[in-house]
Amino acid sequence: MSTVTTAVPRRQRAASRRAAAGYLFVAPFLVVFVAMLVVPLAYAGYLSLFREQLIGGTTFAGLDNYTRALSDDRLLGGVARVGAFFAIQVPLMLALALFFALALDSGALWLSRVLRLGIFVPYAVPSVVAALMWGYLYGPDFGPIAQLFDKVGWAAPNLLGSDLMLGSLANVVTWEFTGYNMIILYAALRAIPTELYEAAAVDGAGAWRIAWSIKIPALRPALLLTLIFSVIGSFQLFNEPQLLQRLAPNVIDSAYTPNLYAYSLAFTSQDVNYAAAVSFLLGAVIVAVSYTVQLAANRRRS
Amino acid sequence: MTTVVAPTAVRATTDERRVAKRPGTRRSPLLTLAMLAFLVYFLLPLFWLVVASTKTTGDLFSTFGLWFADDFSLPTNVRDVFAAENGIYARWLLNTALYAVVSAGGAALLAALGGYGFAKFRFRGNNALFGIVLGSIMVPSTALAIPTYLVFSKIGLVNTPWAIILPSLVNPFGLYLMRVYAEDAVPDGLIEAARIDGAGEFRIFWQVAMRLLAPGFVTVLLFTLVATWNNYFLPLIMLNNPSLYPVTVGLANWAAQASMGGGGSGGGVLPLVVTGSMLSIVPLVIAFLMLQRYWQSGLGAGGVKQ
Repeated sequence: MSTVTTAVPRRQRAASRRAAAGYLFVAPFLVVFVAMLVVPLAYAGYLSLFREQLIGGTTFAGLDNYTRALSDDRLLGGVARVGAFFAIQVPLMLALALFFALALDSGALWLSRVLRLGIFVPYAVPSVVAALMWGYLYGPDFGPIAQLFDKVGWAAPNLLGSDLMLGSLANVVTWEFTGYNMIILYAALRAIPTELYEAAAVDGAGAWRIAWSIKIPALRPALLLTLIFSVIGSFQLFNEPQLLQRLAPNVIDSAYTPNLYAYSLAFTSQDVNYAAAVSFLLGAVIVAVSYTVQLAANRRRS
Repeated sequence: MTTVVAPTAVRATTDERRVAKRPGTRRSPLLTLAMLAFLVYFLLPLFWLVVASTKTTGDLFSTFGLWFADDFSLPTNVRDVFAAENGIYARWLLNTALYAVVSAGGAALLAALGGYGFAKFRFRGNNALFGIVLGSIMVPSTALAIPTYLVFSKIGLVNTPWAIILPSLVNPFGLYLMRVYAEDAVPDGLIEAARIDGAGEFRIFWQVAMRLLAPGFVTVLLFTLVATWNNYFLPLIMLNNPSLYPVTVGLANWAAQASMGGGGSGGGVLPLVVTGSMLSIVPLVIAFLMLQRYWQSGLGAGGVKQ
């Protein structure tokens, strides 16, 4: 059949057939990607340009919802709060995770397998269960922390009060995710060629010096990854405050974090258009912070 | 799977290699003690949960939280959890398992197909499309949840299992991992050889590539499994029929009842929350410990490459 065709068109045909196969492989993912990510975002963007009024129904509002959001003290307060949470909790958590990963990798530990698995286990606990559990641990009625203070005869700190709440939330998140970040960093450490250490050891470098001059620089991409995940996690904080809200309704109000605020706007106030604008802005803030983190990291490297 | 050539990310993470190469390292008692102190911090809350699930409501309030009471009422508590509201807890567990398994299987398959396609085929727009998907890793899932709810309520998908499963099928990070993984794990020569043998592209994927991709596939499967298993925000807004709840939303509902009732009617719900929480994490913790190496290798691949 193909006796007449020369070699070149046949190869071209094979290449184009292969390109078509490539499209077919990526098509299922892209279809779901468009349906579940692009369409909802576009629809929310569209909704955010309208306003619903008791009289007159839905009207086009342009960017009014956005200007309203940018001067909404409740939203800005929530963004500032998760910003503070990010600035304090994330460095602490990543420093702990880095320390654990370096300690595990140093080979200087007994029971390193037990330690690694034990620290990782909280990641298996759903954040709902973690938040409920810590809520009870913090609580004044039967929480062991209050019981211990009681036994010593001191007044127990109110861990669910307005002064300590953000710290208490940070503790829950740190407890949940330190092990996860540790595993990312540890896996990256394991992939560093051992020849580098041997060369450094021959040059007389000690364990601390090797950690500082070889391991931590080599961890840069992995640290960046954990940092980006942490940006996303901090700014969309919802589960933990929403569950602790019931134990401390006067401390955690409906706008404690931007996500709680969007939730209460959509489902309590039924202000769907404004909720869409707030969700959209929150997503934009997260993307902006993530990009800034990435740019800063890349600039420092070059 | 063991007969297959392990890609670099996996091979590099095996402990034996490093340990064998560094005989000179001295172990430090001080560092070990410090690490054990941290281990207590990570495990003590779970120990409290286990202890609390063996107590009656009265003992929960009257005995020290970190040790067992004289009465061992775990069996009673477990029976109460499964008997409450006509056995709805078992229903929640089944729902969670269903949502998690279907979502994770689907997401891992889509990511494997797509990752292989992006890694091994040159087609117009390859890099641009991949770049867009990669950028979307930063779109936060909860900021997306309310928009998704608005779309789903328009087309009548709210309050159905699809409302949980469909959004969970998209895992951009999974696609990224599978692309990185496929580049390393599936040699071009092998694909070329299969083509010369006359195998079609999809047959090559199923019979040759999929075997090599298996460890990466399992990693993505686990990621999505955990993400869906832990999902709270999405089912909270999508579902209002308690018989469709996953266990997270169900437990949160019980917890709300318990905190509202205080010592009165809520007192009976409190052991349900505590014991239900404890029971819901047992399968996960066991699965985690057993599948731990997949986490490490998969996360390693994500962290090493950039």
